[in-house]
Amino acid sequence: MSEPTESSVRAEVRAWLEANWNPEYGLVEWRTKLIDSGWGAPHYPKQWHGRGLPVHFNAIVEEEFARIGAVGVAKAGIRTLAAATILDHGTDLHKEKFLRRILTGEDTWCQLFSEPGSGSDMAGAVTRADRKGNKWVINGQKVWTTSAHKAHWGLLLARANWDVPKHKGLAYFVLDMKQPGVQVHPLKQMNGHASFNQVFFTDAMVEPEMMVCDVGDGWKVATTTLMHERRGADGLRSWATASSRKGRIYQEERAEIASTMEPYKWYPQRAGRVDLVMERARATGKLADPVVRQEIAKLLIMSKAAEWTARRARAAQEQGKPQGPEGSLGKLVSSHVARQAARVHTYLSGADALLSGEDSPLGGVIAEILVSVPATSIAGGTDEIQRNIISERVLKMPKEPSVDTDKPFKDVPRNVAATSS
Amino acid sequence: MRFSFTPEQEEFRSSLRRALEARSPAKEVRRLMATEAGFERESWQKLNRELGLTAIHIPEAYGGGGFGQADLAIVLEEMGRGLLCAPFLSTVLASAAILNAGSEEQKRALLPALAAGERTATLAVSEADGRNDADGVTTTATQSGAAWRLEGTKSFVLDGHTADLIVVLARRPGSRGEDGLAFFVVEGDAPGLERRRLKTMDETRKLARLAFASVEAKLLGDAGKAAAALARTMQQAAILLANEMVGGAERLREDALAYAKMRMQFGRSIASFQTTKNKAADMLVDVELAKSAAYYAAAALDEGDAELPALASLAKACAAEACLQTAIHAVQMHGGIGFTWDNDTHLWFKRAKSSEILFGDANQHRELMMQHWKH
Repeated sequence: MSEPTESSVRAEVRAWLEANWNPEYGLVEWRTKLIDSGWGAPHYPKQWHGRGLPVHFNAIVEEEFARIGAVGVAKAGIRTLAAATILDHGTDLHKEKFLRRILTGEDTWCQLFSEPGSGSDMAGAVTRADRKGNKWVINGQKVWTTSAHKAHWGLLLARANWDVPKHKGLAYFVLDMKQPGVQVHPLKQMNGHASFNQVFFTDAMVEPEMMVCDVGDGWKVATTTLMHERRGADGLRSWATASSRKGRIYQEERAEIASTMEPYKWYPQRAGRVDLVMERARATGKLADPVVRQEIAKLLIMSKAAEWTARRARAAQEQGKPQGPEGSLGKLVSSHVARQAARVHTYLSGADALLSGEDSPLGGVIAEILVSVPATSIAGGTDEIQRNIISERVLKMPKEPSVDTDKPFKDVPRNVAATSS
Repeated sequence: MRFSFTPEQEEFRSSLRRALEARSPAKEVRRLMATEAGFERESWQKLNRELGLTAIHIPEAYGGGGFGQADLAIVLEEMGRGLLCAPFLSTVLASAAILNAGSEEQKRALLPALAAGERTATLAVSEADGRNDADGVTTTATQSGAAWRLEGTKSFVLDGHTADLIVVLARRPGSRGEDGLAFFVVEGDAPGLERRRLKTMDETRKLARLAFASVEAKLLGDAGKAAAALARTMQQAAILLANEMVGGAERLREDALAYAKMRMQFGRSIASFQTTKNKAADMLVDVELAKSAAYYAAAALDEGDAELPALASLAKACAAEACLQTAIHAVQMHGGIGFTWDNDTHLWFKRAKSSEILFGDANQHRELMMQHWKH
């Protein structure tokens, strides 16, 4: 067989779509066909619903889907991270049991990593996994869990060995969320939304075959999940726009998108809404104020320079050049932009910035910006952690001397209130 | 090409960097900055001839290399890094003004000697108040027969005390604003021209005050119509200086980082303290963002972008803040030694300060950017 090329892949997927696509299919029905053909996730291995194609062909396949208006496999949320982790580290049993229903969208997943006592220090997790008889028994608490209330399955990082250093005693499980030992409570944020959950485990059960890799390898597996999370951020965004076309499948897809994207509805405000600044500056008459003009200009400069820096990074990547420092800065820069945007929105709103809800400008959007921006510099790795990553990985500066990586975890000082040990 | 350089440009940059590292070590910078001229004609001519630096942006028809502004910007960035003491920016800006304002015949007459490095030149726009726009011009040009006579004082003129050729912005007596402006060419040794070197905080960049008392001058292009040429020349100046600044800022950042890794306190390298690491990460962010803006604006010059005026001011404001902030952090990371004369950090710190102000500071350029974007 000849090597696939851009044009051969394009021709093949186009022919398949033309022969098979029909907007009157049900969502699961169509995705089942898609999975059987391998075109739903062409970069997955052939025996696991893919075509074994190099990942860069995905862009071409997506173009052909967009051209004909075909709906793809379920991609949003934690499910694709679960699939990628299972493909990398799971057993055939895991692949058999989970991959298909991930791609059809029938199963929803959540990520059970962060804990009240371990945020930035995720490897310091104290949720316990104890082997009792032929089961693993889970006790403890996770937090910041998106979609936990809907999830069928959770990716769980828990401590199975307390006598070894912290990174060595972790295990990684696939946990059945629909069981009596798992309780999910919404977590209300300072902006009033509750997009995340707290998850409590009280003697929750996991079958031994639902452990991914061995005890001790949990951190390595979690790192894989996080790496896919960083790479996959763009997929979520592109997928989040629902098609307004007519047809049964589009209707079902719109409902799926509305439900999946619900927790993220305030995310644009979190980033500061730079797009609203000029409109607001004109509407409020503050554009004439020389001090405010300076602050707006600082924001626009920062925002443009951030965008161009990201494009430099992408250009280098596309040309196959080694990644330069510009590729590691985006997360930190977006915090600066968000904070400056919130400052400018405050100047522009004046006394109206005191108000909330429908009394606040733009039907509450301005108030929501002001109380959502603080999330930007915390979620997905705080600014402080980003600076450590930049200084250690890019600038090759030494780590702070560690006090916890070499001693048994049971001897490491930790937050007492988190869980019993 | 706004987001990456071609392999040829990368190659050019590295050979230039090697040459400047060899020719302009800090010891040489210190030697030259202490001289009256601020550079040595012979060694500068040699380096310029070998690398064709003042020729880069000049079209081949006028004896130049026919390359783009983005290539010129690379040279500025590397010179900012190497802190080369040479009348390069001054000569380049003079040739830019001649290209923007001069007639075909004048370009053919004036540019080959500048391109070849046989003559140095400078651009005299600012006066005692340091402004860089049309409204600040009070120097007058009066026609007498075929010749013009200049009357007035220019200040903050780069290498003004040594330039062989001076491009002077002046106005028709009684004219105001953008009306009546024209560029003129004056010989450095013209009778009636009094040149005085100013004592500058940044000794690596020499500035002069030029007093014109009925000095004979040649008109460039058409009388009274230089407003557009002035605007474009000042945009080029802002963009080129922004590129020079990011080169200097990167050098400051790298040197401070290397020092922090080496310096031991409390039994460990100070680079292992998070407070130092956080500062180093912030410095990288500042410098990389400013680079992106400087590169983007330089490419916009070549592509004739309609947003050029805004982009030039954006790049200058961004680089000015980033370069100065980097310099402040760099001194701080060095600690006490960073405040000494013997340590080299102050050389780049002072250049950062001088570049922050030259051709308009960040506040001015932010306001200009807003106006150009019609905000």
